[in-house]
Amino acid sequence: MHAKQRAAATAHREVAVAVINRLLLLALAFVASCAQAAVLPDERIDLLYHGYDGGGAQIDGPSVLVRKNIGASVSVAANYYVDMVSSASIDVQTNGRQGVDVESGASKYSEERKEYGFSGQYLVDRSTISLGYTSSNENDYDASTYSFGINQSFFGDLTTLGFGVSFGDDLVGQNNADGSTNPDYKRDLQRRKYGVNASQIVTKNLLASVSFDTVTDQCLNLSEDLSCLNNPYRQYRYHDGNSYKWDLEKYPHTRSSDALGIRAIYHLPWRASVRGEWRDFKDSWGIKANNYELRYTHAYHSDWIFEGKIRFYDQPTGADFYSDIFDYKDAQNYLARDKELSPFTSTVFGLGVTYKIPAGTIPWFEKSTANLYWDKFDIDYEDFRDARVSPEDYAAGDEPLYSLKADVIRLYLSFWF
Amino acid sequence: MILRRLLLLALLFSIAACSSVKPWVKPYERQKIADEIMSFERDPIADSYLHHVYDAREAARGGDGASGGGCGCN
Repeated sequence: MHAKQRAAATAHREVAVAVINRLLLLALAFVASCAQAAVLPDERIDLLYHGYDGGGAQIDGPSVLVRKNIGASVSVAANYYVDMVSSASIDVQTNGRQGVDVESGASKYSEERKEYGFSGQYLVDRSTISLGYTSSNENDYDASTYSFGINQSFFGDLTTLGFGVSFGDDLVGQNNADGSTNPDYKRDLQRRKYGVNASQIVTKNLLASVSFDTVTDQCLNLSEDLSCLNNPYRQYRYHDGNSYKWDLEKYPHTRSSDALGIRAIYHLPWRASVRGEWRDFKDSWGIKANNYELRYTHAYHSDWIFEGKIRFYDQPTGADFYSDIFDYKDAQNYLARDKELSPFTSTVFGLGVTYKIPAGTIPWFEKSTANLYWDKFDIDYEDFRDARVSPEDYAAGDEPLYSLKADVIRLYLSFWF
Repeated sequence: MILRRLLLLALLFSIAACSSVKPWVKPYERQKIADEIMSFERDPIADSYLHHVYDAREAARGGDGASGGGCGCN
């Protein structure tokens, strides 16, 4: 009897699986048959110089992108990017180990992070499949990221739905004070990102999109008393009598976060557009944040584009285990003094200009532009104090709150062919 | 059971997508939408770099339409 029941159940499952498979095939067939044709991205070359100067850190370098079509349905792209670090941030000046820059996440001695990226897009009739690989290397941090995504348009190209996943494997290392690599410090970090997005042509002047991403980080093969998600050089501080002392931070082994973003862009009656963006964020460490951005883009004659924007970022809640100064050493399981995990507000004001170089000036290219964009960051920390001041002038924990101003420059040439 | 219902829902959505709903913005009405100033990400590496700066300076990540890589900026 039991054997008969098991056989019947098995048969039932097989039928169910067959039905599901057929439904899946039907759904895929319909999706494939009713969507509209997608297009490949532009063939172009970009040469970018980027510069960041703020809070005592100067980071700059080049970035190059080449994107080319192969036949009518494949687009491939390669990107090369370099960060060159040339000075030390507040973390180094206050608590970092000698010669190590924790602001940039790079050793002062390495002074360089190189990133290579390769990606491809395949147009399958009416949908686009994307694959990507990125490798980032410095002498105390290696990261590899593999990504996959698919987009499909519906309703006569009015709606585009997509999803994407990326898998990252990082190896976190540490440099010694003399610049040599610590051979005993190798910590594996696994990153996962899953996202869905939808964009919609709402009217003939309005475009909107919504995206949701969930991201997880996890340390692998690590004992409970060690960390991999923090910077290995950064320290927390704790009260010690009338003064304070430093000790290495300690983080949880996992972090997961969700972010929802909505963007819209509207074409004004004259040749200009207004773009608005909102994002809400929260994570498993107790951090909550949101940001708003408003951007105005104005085309002047046929060869100039001017842009102005303002962006507000508010992080009212920091990580549960963040403190500017703890009451005593090892006051809790996890201890952090990363100012990015503290509550703060940030305002970014940006200006930019694009100039279309007259056709024919640069041979071989259909269109060329020269671009200069400048962003001014103004960050006010609400619970991160400037511990560089003299302990004789300020009691521990009563130092002035830190604020950071930074200038970000993007100077680049773009060529379409 | 839930999976089958979801699949049926997807199927219905697929049918609806290509039969009953007609584009209310015709292709010939999309010249403004196609204007370069209407692009969310006009210049990929310039936009990608700014996202990188945001990620390095803020705890928030994702939800910005950008695909991130490991930057070692912890």
